[in-house]
This record gives sequence, structure tokens and C-alpha cells, in this order.
Amino acid sequence: MGISRRKFIGCLGALALGPAMGIPGTARGASNKEFAGWPGSLGVLHDITKCIGCRKCESACHRVNNLPDPETSFEDLNVLDQKRRTGADVFTVVNRVDNTSPVFIKTQCNHCLEPACASACFVNALKKTPEGAVVYNEKLCVGCRYCMVACPFNIPAYEYHKALAPRVTKCTMCHPRMLEGKRPGCVEDCPAGALISGTRDELLAYAWDRIRTYPERYVPHVYGQHEMGGTSWLYLSGLPFSRVGMREDLGTKSAPELTAGPLSAVPVVVGLWPVLLTGVYAISKRKEKIAEQEKQAAVADAVDQSRKEAQNRMETLRKKWDQEKQSAINFEVKKALEEAAVKASEPSQTKEDE
Amino acid sequence: MTDNGGQNVRKLWTPFNVIVGIILAAGAVLTVMRFTQGIGAVTNLDNNNPWGLWIGFDLLCGVALAAGGYVTSAACYIFGLKRYHSAVRPAILTAFLGYALVVLALHYDVGRPWRLPYPIFVSQGTSSLLFEVGLCVFLYLTVLFIEFTPAAFEWLGFKKIRALVVKLTLILTIFGVVLSTLHQSSLGALFMIAPSKLHPLWYSSYLPVYFFISSMFAGMSMVIFESTLAHRYLSRHMDDTHHQEAPGVALGFAKAAAFVMAGYLGIKLIGIAIDDHWRLLATGWGVWYLVEVIGFVAFPAFLFAMGVRERNLIFVRWAAAWTVLGIVLNRLNISVIAFNYHLPSHERYIPSLMEIGTSVFIVTLGIVIYRFITTRMPVLHEHPDYSTHSPGQERT
Repeated sequence: MGISRRKFIGCLGALALGPAMGIPGTARGASNKEFAGWPGSLGVLHDITKCIGCRKCESACHRVNNLPDPETSFEDLNVLDQKRRTGADVFTVVNRVDNTSPVFIKTQCNHCLEPACASACFVNALKKTPEGAVVYNEKLCVGCRYCMVACPFNIPAYEYHKALAPRVTKCTMCHPRMLEGKRPGCVEDCPAGALISGTRDELLAYAWDRIRTYPERYVPHVYGQHEMGGTSWLYLSGLPFSRVGMREDLGTKSAPELTAGPLSAVPVVVGLWPVLLTGVYAISKRKEKIAEQEKQAAVADAVDQSRKEAQNRMETLRKKWDQEKQSAINFEVKKALEEAAVKASEPSQTKEDE
Repeated sequence: MTDNGGQNVRKLWTPFNVIVGIILAAGAVLTVMRFTQGIGAVTNLDNNNPWGLWIGFDLLCGVALAAGGYVTSAACYIFGLKRYHSAVRPAILTAFLGYALVVLALHYDVGRPWRLPYPIFVSQGTSSLLFEVGLCVFLYLTVLFIEFTPAAFEWLGFKKIRALVVKLTLILTIFGVVLSTLHQSSLGALFMIAPSKLHPLWYSSYLPVYFFISSMFAGMSMVIFESTLAHRYLSRHMDDTHHQEAPGVALGFAKAAAFVMAGYLGIKLIGIAIDDHWRLLATGWGVWYLVEVIGFVAFPAFLFAMGVRERNLIFVRWAAAWTVLGIVLNRLNISVIAFNYHLPSHERYIPSLMEIGTSVFIVTLGIVIYRFITTRMPVLHEHPDYSTHSPGQERT
């Protein structure tokens, strides 16, 4: 089915208003696409209330994936009492919820619709296929293990003891078998009907149908419908999911949404920083230039000033000197004149004496 | 080269050389073990704890503490604070060595280190913040290398190519700041994908901002801290300019660090308020958080401010060392200590002695290379042929 008219108008509104109002729910980096899973993709529904803890799924998983046999055989049900998780050679485990309870839960990759591991992988070694499986390409994997950090369900494991070609390992939802039209190994071998495969949409509808038909048997929640943006593997339980060891605090945001903010900051930094920094540089350079000019002007001024002062002083000195000189000359002239006058009167006297 | 450098070569059995020799030998053994028996043989990493000390300390702290390179060169070349000039080269060298060692440490940590160029050249996972980190670190390491080459060219006497590189100074500096902003912040953003694993007091949508802001005062403190050590042990390789400018650099960076740290405390407070995590402060984790924020940010910030006010270099130096410790604490809290806080204690990660040994080995390697370069190349002093005191010359 295509998109409804109402939804289409809603999307238009979100498109127009989302970025403008900064609604957190619509913030998706550069785009505001909503991904609700590949249409018609497959999944598995695990009805926890039906699981009898026979470990047939575990042995089937080992068989179809050619995994090495574990130390204790799959017939040994004592291991159910230990808390186990997936490991390098173990893609799925069945755990008893607690030591006294008859409730068992199977754990494996949940094949998120928007997987944290795939979003975290910096070489695209993990990928969500249109069929629904999240698959791993060991030819690209560098072994940084960021996928393991990112996975909210703690599923991927690592071959820590291989020196040369360690791999990340996890359930593939039997992707190769799915392509052949077969069901996953665990689903095929489950004798209790606790695992059902089908398209995710069918499984969701079926799960809610079960909840409505047997409200006393199930908690009204299909785990995986919304957790971390939704998963291809879905769960029904009679006990609250936190009681069976599944986290109920993961939220409904998909992993890409969690990192969209910082990723969308990249173009801002790349675009703005060089311009701003060049501006800062230009300003500091200009300041320096102006300071230098002002300094030079001030120096020139000061030199001018002192030169003028010196000139003035010289001038006054010269004037004073000239004056003094003049007065000295005047004095001398006067003196000479007087002397001449005296002399002029004297010869008549000497003549008279002769 | 100085005469002292020659004497160092002759005196072989100094305590420094003996200790370094032992560490390097142990490192060689650990290296062989790591690459013949796998990561599992030397580390305590497991499927629940895929990242340990090599990421938490070698990568996160290594990158944060190498921030002195972009901070100092930006202060000197972009903001025009010429009085930091003599601090630029040591800071660039430390940054370059820091990043080079980060990349070396990654070779130990990732499963197939020969594929480290894959994210850039083979398959680009652009939706990953680790891709951003990888690309920026790769580019920035190249930038730092080019920024450092003038020192090597002066040592080798390659005048023409040195002059060419010096002309690129401003562009390289701006490029360096852009790249540093991106990868310093995205190292914090790496953890935003795991809100269910990191304790809420440390998890915040501000993680990238926290990492970037804290990298600034981490870089400044590291410049002061490193200069303190260099003055004690490499003083004879410094020229008068370096000696004269050093107290000014320390006081200037101390003042800037005090301001930036105050701002950092402010946004930390806003982060707690926005997520309304006040209640968590009264828990055990809350006390630990307060130890980090008050004991290792607020306290050294105050000490920096006091040191600047009193013009007391001893205060400043202690504050710098304390801040460096605080950065290490913060990065380890986010990547190791408060990460997977919800797991029962027997599933928690504690680094093995061999992991710690490898980290010590890598840091030691850095110190040895730093000493080798500073005792030979014009880093702590200016090359007489290229001195800034003669007009018309620019130095990087």
C-alpha cells in the first residue's frame, strides 16, 4: 500500500516546520526521512511463553552455520541455569529467566530496522538487507569493535584469540537460507512453536492478535515493535520484559537518530570555521598594521616635535646671541667713537705742545 | 647539533636510558605476543567490553592531550598573539608525536591493523562518527607533519623547501583548527550511539561540545606541563627567547584555561539541568561525577586563576598537571569506568597488566622520540640562520 493522503500532508507539514521549529523528533541530520523498515522484509516472532528450554534451536544454529561443537552437548540442560550470552562461536543462547522459573528466553541478534552496528561501522561491513537480515562482510572489517560498543542488545562477539584474521560474529537470521526460500535453522527446529517466521508486518499483526485473544497470558507489549526504532525479531512475553532480562529503557529512537546531530554539525564547522578564522586573522593583522602605522606616526610626530623644539631653542638662542652680539658691537662702536672723539681732541693738544 | 647532544650519546648507562631500555624491551615482547596470539592473549577485553585502556587512554587521552598543537598555533598565527611564538614548535612536535602514537596504539587495538586505511580508501562508512574521527585524524596527522617539517628542514639545511612550507603556515593552521574541532568533538559523539550503556551523568547530547571545549584546556595545560618538564630536563637546548617567553606563555595559557574551564563547568551544569539529573548527584556515581567535575576541573581552574592573579608559576604548573590528570579521568570515565555501569561487577572490565604495559611502552616511545628530536632539531631554540630577530624572516 502506498502512503495515505493524510500521512502525506503530515509529512509535508513536518518537512516545512521540522527544520524551522527544531522539533527534536524530526531532526535527522540533513534529511527528515522516516524509515519504517524494508517493505515485506522478514522477521521472527519469539513467543517466550511457549519456549520449553530444549536448546534445539541452539543445536540447529550450530549445524546450519557450521559452528564448532560446544564443550557440553546440547542435550545438557544444566547450562540453562548459567547466564550466558552470545559469543564468537555461539550465535544464539537460551537462558532460564531465573533459577526457579520455568520461563526461558532465546537471545540472538534482533536485526534492527536501522541497526546501531551498521550505523556505527566505518567501513560498511555491516548492512541491513532488504530481506530483513543484518549481515556482516568480513572482507571489509577492520576490527575496531565499535559495532559491539553501539549494539544496545550486546549481541556481536569478537574472535579475540585469533591473531591474523579475527572476525565479528553474530546471528545472520540465516540470510543464505532465506535467499533460498528456507526458514532460519532455529525456527525450523523449534518443537514448541515458540519461534514463528514471516514478514514483519504479518508477525506484528499476529502478535497483537494473540495479545487481544489471550490478554491474561501476555503483557500488552510486542518487544521490538518500537525498541531502538524497531527490530525484525519480535517478542511476546507473559512477564514484564525487564523481568525476563530484556532492557525496557532503550527508548524508541533509532541509532542513526542518536548520532544525526553531531554528524549534521560537520558542514557547519567546515563551512564556518575557515571564514571566521580568516576573519580573525585579518582583524588581528589589520590591528597590527594600524598599531604599526600609529606607532610610526607617533614616532614621526615626536621627532618633528623635538626637531621643532630644538629649532625654536636654537632660534631663541641665536636671537639672544645676535642681540648680545649687536649690543656688544654697539658697545664697541660707541666705545670706538668715544675713543675717536677723544683722540680727535688730543692731537690739537700735542700740536700745541710741539 | 650541540656538544651536549654528543655527550649524551657517549654516556649510555644513565638511569633514564636503563629504565627506558627495560620498558622498550618489555614493549617488544608484548608486541610479539599481541601479533602472534591475538588481542585476547594480552588484554582483558571481552564481548561485553570491546573497548578498554587502549581506546580510553591511548586514543581518547592521546588525542585530547595533543590538542596543544592547534591551540598554540591558532593563538600565535590566527589570533596574532606573537608572544606565544616560542611555544609553537614544541606544541606542534608534541601534537604530531601524540597523534602518531595514537595511530600506533590503534594498530594494537584493532583486529586487522593493516586495514586501517580501508575507511578512507576502500569502503567509506559515512554514517559512522568513527569515520569522521578516522578521516580527520588521518588528515590532521598529515597537517601536523607538514607543520613540523620546517624544523627538520632547518636541521638538514633545505632552505628552499622550508621557505615554501613556511608560506603555508596560515592555511595549515586554519585547516588544523577545523580538523581538530571535528575530531575532538566526534570522539565524544562516538558514545552518543550507546545511551543505554553510558551512565546518564556522563551521557549527554552535549558530549561532542564537552569533548571539544575540554580539549582546549587540555591542550593549554599540556603545553604548560610539557614546558615545565622541558625546562627541568632540556633547559640547555633552549635559547634566550624561549627562556624569556616561557613564563608569559604559562601565565597567558593559565588565564585562558581558567576562563575556558569556567565555561566548561557552566555547560556541564546546563547539561545536568537539561536532562534533569540532579537526583543522580546524590548517588555513588554522583559522588564520583562530582569528584571529576569539582576536584579535577573547578579546583584546578581556581588554582590557575590564583596563579595568574599572584603571578605564581608554581600554582600554574600544579594546576596544569592536575588538569591533565582530570582530562585522563574524564576520558576514562566515559569510555571505561562509567561505561557498562549497569553490568554486574564480575562482567566489568579491568585492564590487564599487559595492557597497561603496552600503554606505558607507547608513552615511553613518545618521550624518547621527543628527546631525540629536541636535542637535535631547532625546536626549543631558533636556528641561527632563520631567526625571527632578523627582519623579513618568518618562522613556523
